[in-house]
Amino acid sequence: MTLFPRLAAATAGCAVLLTGCVAKPPSGDPSTTMGTITVTSTDTTCAVSPATAPSGSVRFRITNGGSQTTEFYLMAADGLRVVAEKENIATGVTGELSVQLQPGSYFTACKPGMRGESVGKAAFTVTGESPQLGGEEQTLLGKVVSDYVNFVKNEVAELQPKAEKLAQAYANGDDATARALFATTRVHYERIEPIAEALGILDPRIDYREIDYQAEAAALAKDDPTFTQWLGFHRIEKDLWTPAKDARQPDGSRAWDDWAPSTTAERKVIAETLVADIGRLYATVHADDFVTTHSLDIATVSNGASGLLEEIATSKVTGEEDWWSHTDLYDFQGNLQGARIAFDLVAPIAERKSATGKELVAQIDSEFDKLQTLLDTYGSLKTGYVSYDKVTRAQQRQLVEQIDATREPLSKLTNAVLGVESGQ
Amino acid sequence: MSVESSPTDSGSPRDPEAVPEPHEGSTGAPGRGLSRRGLLALSGGIGLAVGAAAGGAAATLSRPSVAGGADLVYPFFAEHQAGITTPAQDRLHFAAFTMRPGSSRADLIELLQDWTYAASRLTQGQDVSVRGAFDGGPYLPPDDTGEAADLPASGLTITFGFGRTLFVAADGTDRFGLAAQLPADFTELPTMVNDFIQPARSGGDLCIQACANDPQVAVHAIRNLTRIAIGRATLAWSQLGFGRTSSTSTSQQTPRNLFGQKDGTNNLKAEEPERLAEHVWISDGPTWTHGGSYLVARRISMTIEVWDGLQLTEQDRVLGRAKGSGAPLSGGTEFTAPDFAAIGAHGRPLIDPRSHVARTNPANNGGIAMLRRGYNFVDGNDDQGRLDAGLFFIGFVKAPARFAAVHTNMARDDMFVEYLKTTSSSVFLVPPGIARDGYVGHALFAS
Repeated sequence: MTLFPRLAAATAGCAVLLTGCVAKPPSGDPSTTMGTITVTSTDTTCAVSPATAPSGSVRFRITNGGSQTTEFYLMAADGLRVVAEKENIATGVTGELSVQLQPGSYFTACKPGMRGESVGKAAFTVTGESPQLGGEEQTLLGKVVSDYVNFVKNEVAELQPKAEKLAQAYANGDDATARALFATTRVHYERIEPIAEALGILDPRIDYREIDYQAEAAALAKDDPTFTQWLGFHRIEKDLWTPAKDARQPDGSRAWDDWAPSTTAERKVIAETLVADIGRLYATVHADDFVTTHSLDIATVSNGASGLLEEIATSKVTGEEDWWSHTDLYDFQGNLQGARIAFDLVAPIAERKSATGKELVAQIDSEFDKLQTLLDTYGSLKTGYVSYDKVTRAQQRQLVEQIDATREPLSKLTNAVLGVESGQ
Repeated sequence: MSVESSPTDSGSPRDPEAVPEPHEGSTGAPGRGLSRRGLLALSGGIGLAVGAAAGGAAATLSRPSVAGGADLVYPFFAEHQAGITTPAQDRLHFAAFTMRPGSSRADLIELLQDWTYAASRLTQGQDVSVRGAFDGGPYLPPDDTGEAADLPASGLTITFGFGRTLFVAADGTDRFGLAAQLPADFTELPTMVNDFIQPARSGGDLCIQACANDPQVAVHAIRNLTRIAIGRATLAWSQLGFGRTSSTSTSQQTPRNLFGQKDGTNNLKAEEPERLAEHVWISDGPTWTHGGSYLVARRISMTIEVWDGLQLTEQDRVLGRAKGSGAPLSGGTEFTAPDFAAIGAHGRPLIDPRSHVARTNPANNGGIAMLRRGYNFVDGNDDQGRLDAGLFFIGFVKAPARFAAVHTNMARDDMFVEYLKTTSSSVFLVPPGIARDGYVGHALFAS
């Protein structure tokens, strides 16, 4: 079974399948490849044994035999810069610190009492060659990126025919059909939003809200001389859910200022433009040089997960995104699925890197699950979601709290994948 | 170096405006602070002995030149938590938190440990962690938010408190296995006259009072402690305050509140250990609470526009003191004891029995006193174009019932109350001071 259909199945909304997207790499026991250094901290000393280690993964086991809480520091050759530290080790407790170290000279020291002068400052040497990413690891990283790009391609491929149907119904004045298609079509776009946003003028043409378009209209027209009127999903949305005459925009301005329902002729242009723009999006992500042209790498995927949650935290939970249709929770689900897939792809790399990475992945997994469970109480893509204007302030607050609780550990994911300590 | 304090008061009877003397005696005297960046460099291993507080090292320091208490550093580990008898700083950021639904006792303990560690650093003018604002590497959000990176400790104190709901939730559940430890004294306040309590800005499972002489330092502390709590507790409400409205040390001048009055003349002071033991420090009930105190926080809105239209004699009569000097209307100076029996020319008492001074004086309240530590607030304005202003009252008492007794007596016919409206009301139990290697409330969880 190739990855592609599995991803497609996953994006159909089955969270359980998501974790199965990528086969976990064989997990070697870290202790067999890692030298362990014993550190004993007392009130006046900081004994490190042995004072040398081969480059790569190094684990320090720090036992606090002193009377005060202590800290252990590994400093660079200049004796100033902290390369790594283990904070807050209580009396009688043993703490562990695992780091990836380049060859070179370092210093170790302890800080009983957690402030003031360090004690037992001593040289520490890391020998050997610079650890390179192994062939296997390099392959894994490359595979994460290509898996993610495959996912993006698939989403755009699913978006295209749905957008065509939506555009057709809208152009034909079949508003009931168009309204029914609107939210579920957008979901495919929302899943890949960080990628789409990186593609220059396409996102403003496809997904700008009216107030954003108006604020940037002059600059957008300069970048793209054909971009002379508000376009995309949200223009269609406002026609389909025509606001009351006294309605207001999210920024407080009047809904009918500088706006009137699109005429049949205008609808035709807007529909055709949306289809053409999504066609350009399709061509862009399916191009052979897509990865290289846009410098997509493991950080793109990892940061993409955070980026999608930020989307939810900033514009979805406020109800600003789908101001007239109140279909924000569909977008919310799309963003969440996109974030979850990016995370699931990167997670095995973070888990391989260190025990901390493993813990982090478990924590993010658990928070993602809670977020999905909470969202599920409002409906599903299949059966439909509660209209966002029916979601109370208190419920919004609950959603924000869970998003924040997920974002916090997720913000450390890229570091768990890329944060190789260096002594240089 | 050492910033360890002696196990006496966490505060110091010194005027933050004055030049701190080299350390003497056994109280935890404030010392001179270093900027966060300075300390960070030190943490990298430069072998300088820097006296942030006590001992001989402090004597070698040059005297601070910064006015306004920016150079002050108060010890964190002590018998009592700092921020109670500590000379009242100029700025406040107070925050209340709710534990996240589903969080466990272990989550709570871990949060308190993390908060304790961060506070032990922040109060010494350090970043929130060793990695701090700039040294966490390129792929991580920095541990410290950074806006206080170049600022000294500014006399920052961080005081933690536990709400009643931490022990028994509103629905009666014992979420953290603490119900058996709820002190009998930890009662809720009765509804009082002119209470317009907004639940959304009252109560909470936990509270943090951050006081400093620089508002940015106080806000930085609350912001970073809130961030540390993400996933375990969320901010329920918070309040900024400026211009301390009480003095907690005899060395401090009595400040004025937004009514223009000298406030807290008769306050309990750090220099009165026997009275503090009698009125402030908990000594009854569960052992783990001993040396702690109850913090009563009430956001009292003042109709200042109406007050400002009162004639001076009326303003004086309502308070019972001369607005200018702060002297009681029975005569003398600010610190002269009021003579409630003194009769004026018209045969009426010089101090109106319904005045604020008469109603709140310990002599008229069965001897009950409290340590007040409030701040002024102005939160913009209301729809009528009036300032949303008032007093964020903070009082420390040995038991909430003692506050309730005084307040009920005051509210019954205190003329002052006419100009006040209480919009938030909370009581928190402030556990005793934190030992090195301990964390706030350590003894509670060991009980």
